[in-house]
Amino acid sequence: MYGHAGNILRVNLTDGTHSITPLPEDLAREYLGGRGFVAKLLWDEVSSGVDPLGPDNKIVAAPGPLTGVFLPGSGKLHFGAKSPATGGYGDSNVGGHISPEIKFAGYDAIIIEGKADKPVYLFIENDTIEVRDAEKYWGKGAIESETMLKHDLGEEFQIATIGPAGENMVYFACISHDFGRQAGRTGVGAVMGSKNLKAIAVRGTKSIPLANPDAVLEVGKAMFEGCFSKPGFEEWTPQGTAGVTDWVNEVGAFPTHNFMTSYFPKHSQINGEQIVNKLKITDKGCYSCPIPCGKYGRAKTPKYDVYVEGPEYETVALIGGNTEMETIEDVAYANYVCDELGLDSISGGNVVGFAMECYENGVITKEQLDGQELRFGSVHDFVWLCNQIATRQGIGDALANGVRYASEKWGKGTERYAIQVKGLEWSGYEGRYAPAMMLSYMTCDVGAHHNRSWAITYDVQAGREQLEGKAAKVIELQHVRPMFDLLCLCRLQWVELGFELDWYPKVFQAVTGEEYTWDDLMKVSERVWNLTRSFWVREIPGFGRSMDYPPARFSEEPIPTGPAEGKYIPMEGLDQLLDDYYRLRGWDLNGIPSTDKLEQLNLGFAEKVVAERRSKGVAN
Amino acid sequence: MRLQAISSNCSGCKVCQMLCSLVHFKENNPKKAALKIAGRFPAPGDYELTVCTQCGVCVDVCPTGAIQEKDGAYVLNREECIGCQACVEACPENAFVVHADETAPIKCDACGECIKYCPRGALVDADGVLQRVAK
Repeated sequence: MYGHAGNILRVNLTDGTHSITPLPEDLAREYLGGRGFVAKLLWDEVSSGVDPLGPDNKIVAAPGPLTGVFLPGSGKLHFGAKSPATGGYGDSNVGGHISPEIKFAGYDAIIIEGKADKPVYLFIENDTIEVRDAEKYWGKGAIESETMLKHDLGEEFQIATIGPAGENMVYFACISHDFGRQAGRTGVGAVMGSKNLKAIAVRGTKSIPLANPDAVLEVGKAMFEGCFSKPGFEEWTPQGTAGVTDWVNEVGAFPTHNFMTSYFPKHSQINGEQIVNKLKITDKGCYSCPIPCGKYGRAKTPKYDVYVEGPEYETVALIGGNTEMETIEDVAYANYVCDELGLDSISGGNVVGFAMECYENGVITKEQLDGQELRFGSVHDFVWLCNQIATRQGIGDALANGVRYASEKWGKGTERYAIQVKGLEWSGYEGRYAPAMMLSYMTCDVGAHHNRSWAITYDVQAGREQLEGKAAKVIELQHVRPMFDLLCLCRLQWVELGFELDWYPKVFQAVTGEEYTWDDLMKVSERVWNLTRSFWVREIPGFGRSMDYPPARFSEEPIPTGPAEGKYIPMEGLDQLLDDYYRLRGWDLNGIPSTDKLEQLNLGFAEKVVAERRSKGVAN
Repeated sequence: MRLQAISSNCSGCKVCQMLCSLVHFKENNPKKAALKIAGRFPAPGDYELTVCTQCGVCVDVCPTGAIQEKDGAYVLNREECIGCQACVEACPENAFVVHADETAPIKCDACGECIKYCPRGALVDADGVLQRVAK
């Protein structure tokens, strides 16, 4: 299939060998690329029951068939591995420029297996593949080591690194790239660290094979023109994703004080306008993006002076609202510290918020912390704790395994406010007055992440009390949005500009020469969704409905303040949402995909494994 | 039309480079584009563009006369180029691009396509004739 570079690169870190093999045609046709390749390759290659941080886990990094091509937003890369944070299916995507670079070097997927006996980095320059010594970069910050590698190899190399958090296998360590972009979620950075892999450096000079270059030029131009003509092209871009901060507060969905409430009275001090006025140096976009959401800037006060990309909305929400930072400079500084340590700022803000509430409730005491405090609103305390976590010192060691682990270890009712699903910390939208958004988090296939189904706007449009109809919308979004991750495109042109979805089958055909209708693309997306669900069933004994619920705070505690005051979704409501969702998906009442559904999606190979689990009597 | 770079507007997207390679080579390859983008991170935290100013210094050093003036731009005839790199060395802007698969270096012919599709207004026509396209 055109569009693909045509090769899979496999690197074994245990013995330092590699192989390059042709991309299987059926993999390309049935799974397209990116997230699809990650899901299928992990299913096929990672044996059931392996330790996520052991040598038998694998990292897959996959661009997609449209990655690197002249069309808006073609710069995404999908990383995946069995997740140390959840024990289930894990993936995370990153923008920047490394994904096209992998294509230009000639690869559609990189599979990294085994474990090096000392720190190494993977060097890729077209056909030259080397596992190189990384002793001098080990222990350095993620951005510092990227800077060093660019200096040593050349500016044209695209670099993915981990920071100390990844080296120390913190469950929410990210993979960093392009000075402030991260594959942040599910602990993919910890898996790199577990393999002693500090970085991946890539340079490629090849052209991407196109079925019809004239058609790509024509359709690509029309797509860019389409983006230029949308009102959001001028209006949305200056603030990027953080522009939504005020709105999320106005609708009462902003994580605040460890998700105790959903409105932060000081939100206008940390919104997109503040980023533009107080931090921004330049718009910094990913490859091929007409609407760069990245706001590269500098946070300078008498206490610190740092360059940092962002904060983007999620960081504003999880560091800003959730730990109650009162200035945009403090949010940016905390963001910088997370970036350099290699901590996901979503889980990072969530975990620190959790620890601050534990401190407030006396579960953690000042004496335990050798006199250090953990106060909401203190960037000093935030940064101190992040360093403890990244180096696994003191209470940082338990927190480094995420809020699910820490709450189970500490008890005392902390599970109630450990805000996670399946072991992954909740991201930037509070769901107690947004049933579709709540259901999106409950059923997301990596744990509590927003990006598979950003349904909160639908809640606001369709009625926020209403539960009926929400499951259908969530399923629709869970197929549309991850479709972008199959092709490894950015979805923000569609989400933020209202750029029309019918462009994608057209450009897919121009690039690949293959006709996939919109329904065909959705079918692949549904196939991958059912395969990732099956991965959970395979890996987690007793997996099912019980793992789709949010923490008790969301089903038992009414929101105490703000526009959504008094709202929550009791268990009966959550069950109604799940019942609808499972039925519409063709899953049983325990949330296990049915035989018919799996076979209908050409997932007969998964059915064998799932059937065995079904028969072990997970109650229906 | 005179191509002018306003580096402070650049967000590093490489749309110009992809377009350039598609227009001139029918290939999708930013490294076969006649202009350069370098990120400068973490500090000072911006992008630097390098473009051909059509100054014409290259014309005089070319031993085969492969670079000729055409409608106000100096255009490299790739058939006549022997790949000696004299122009690359002589260019005061360091604007020529060298690619391992190509004998001839890659030079801007001032076609103006990049101006029409630069999303951020970082590439403009100093004469103000060409502008970003709109539907």
